[in-house]
Amino acid sequence: MPTPNTQEHTAAPLKAEVKNLSFYYGKVQALKDVSMPITEKQVTALIGPSGCGKSTFLRCFNRMHDLYPGNRYEGEIVLHPDNINIIARQVDPMEVRMRISMVFQKPNPFPKSIYENVAYGLRVRGMRNKHELDEKVEEALRGAALWSEVKDRLKHLAFNLSGGQQQRLCIARALAIDPEIVLFDEPTSALDPIATGSIEALITELKEKVTILIVTHNMQQAARVSDYTAFMYLGDLIEFGDTDKMFINPKRKETEDYITGRFG
Amino acid sequence: MPDNLSASHKAASIRSRIRRLKFNDYVFSLVGLVCMMLGVVTLLALFTDLLLDGMERLNYEFFTSFPSRRAEHAGILSAWVGTMLVMLVTALVAVPMGVAAAIYLEEYAPSNLLTAIIEINVSNLAGVPSIIYGLLALGLFVYQLGLGQSILTAGLTLGLLILPIVIVATRESLRTIPREIREAAYALGATRWQMIYDHVLPYSRGGILTGVIIGMSRAIGETAPIITIGALTFIAFLPPPPFTPEAPYVSFEWLFAPFTVLPIQMFNWVSRPEEAFLINAAATGVVIIVMTLAMNALAIFLRYRIRKNIKW
Repeated sequence: MPTPNTQEHTAAPLKAEVKNLSFYYGKVQALKDVSMPITEKQVTALIGPSGCGKSTFLRCFNRMHDLYPGNRYEGEIVLHPDNINIIARQVDPMEVRMRISMVFQKPNPFPKSIYENVAYGLRVRGMRNKHELDEKVEEALRGAALWSEVKDRLKHLAFNLSGGQQQRLCIARALAIDPEIVLFDEPTSALDPIATGSIEALITELKEKVTILIVTHNMQQAARVSDYTAFMYLGDLIEFGDTDKMFINPKRKETEDYITGRFG
Repeated sequence: MPDNLSASHKAASIRSRIRRLKFNDYVFSLVGLVCMMLGVVTLLALFTDLLLDGMERLNYEFFTSFPSRRAEHAGILSAWVGTMLVMLVTALVAVPMGVAAAIYLEEYAPSNLLTAIIEINVSNLAGVPSIIYGLLALGLFVYQLGLGQSILTAGLTLGLLILPIVIVATRESLRTIPREIREAAYALGATRWQMIYDHVLPYSRGGILTGVIIGMSRAIGETAPIITIGALTFIAFLPPPPFTPEAPYVSFEWLFAPFTVLPIQMFNWVSRPEEAFLINAAATGVVIIVMTLAMNALAIFLRYRIRKNIKW
């Protein structure tokens, strides 16, 4: 097993640390002893060919794997500043998901109004105060650069929005709960280039406030939006480092082959 | 040149092959059409016949009169009121129990041998002859629990009878909610019950309602189990009203009242020797069929209305 070739990077505060993370779908091992830092208020991109385990890795962060039987984690994901291991059995997945939210590959709004979509995460927490909800919903929609487009039709069904708008609505929904980390699982793969551009601009803006992890198939996208990049292959973390350095001067042959398009 | 020739040869053979295959299409669609028409036409003919026979009785008095010894004065008041009340109890029994059972099986039950056995049994229950349910009800509700030959007993019996239909329809409906929607709710920190109550149930209520109504339209025509529990065939009074002028203003006495239902009333009239009563029977048949069709139409309408806002 290759040891990840971690490039030195500036000592920024860490939001989380992944330590020797392995993951099993039943008997199949999908992640092999992955370790990497997640820097606070920066964008970390996960790249690699299909089946390399990047989505599996991302879904460990909000314990999505707990929904399906037979899955098993090993190792630790330590969340700072309180230093809890979020994949530990005694940590409730609900707590993890209330602190770390997720934007999915395909826009998946609920068949409810725009307002209710954004408010749902707050309602789950028992927020009932209308005034407070209104404020949070507006703040989240502004944060997702959607407010001006939908402010006059908050009661309309979310399905009436375009694909790009729906994805920004899903981002607003993920932001409304004041998450510490937002996970993006190939958020633009179902969108056209213009919608993709606006989502990427949004991600760059969001890192002022929140730590971001993004899985992407698109290497240019990783280069455009991320500060750090992790290249994964067949469940191994091959290389991790500053995005700028890695795309210009990859340390490992596999990384170079992948980012120059020789395989993948 | 020979190349060209063989190419045109090939094209000709392809064309003749397509013609032959298309002929099969034509034959099958014809056979299918005939089979379908046989069913539809028979049903239509039956309905028209009933309608023609019963036409002269289908008036206001027919619905507001009690049964009588004289056919032209006999009506279905006690029968349709009985049917309505029994259906009410049936729905109150079958809907909460069926939906709860389906949610458990679909969302909570671990996938093990016991669950598998329960699942197979639920589907099998839908095929148990209704008279068996009648016998069960006679032993359990009438004698063991002492509920008598009442509206409550009939409602409980029919409720059990359509329970598998409601469970199966509800499960199918729950299964159509895509994984992405469930994950979206979980990802915001929802518990399983929040996810079910806030999302799965509201989005699948079209399918659940359809299942309930289909079950009810089955129950409305059931005769055997009702006869088995001993419903009366000649009832010239209505059950006590559910609302009373004095406190506590509601009364549940009607639940324990003797009753009759439409199919039993019809059965009773069919078995009378006087020919005039056959007209009453035919008219009652029309009423039952129209009620069933109306319920099915309502199911289709509700499904359409609720599905309209949901796309996935």
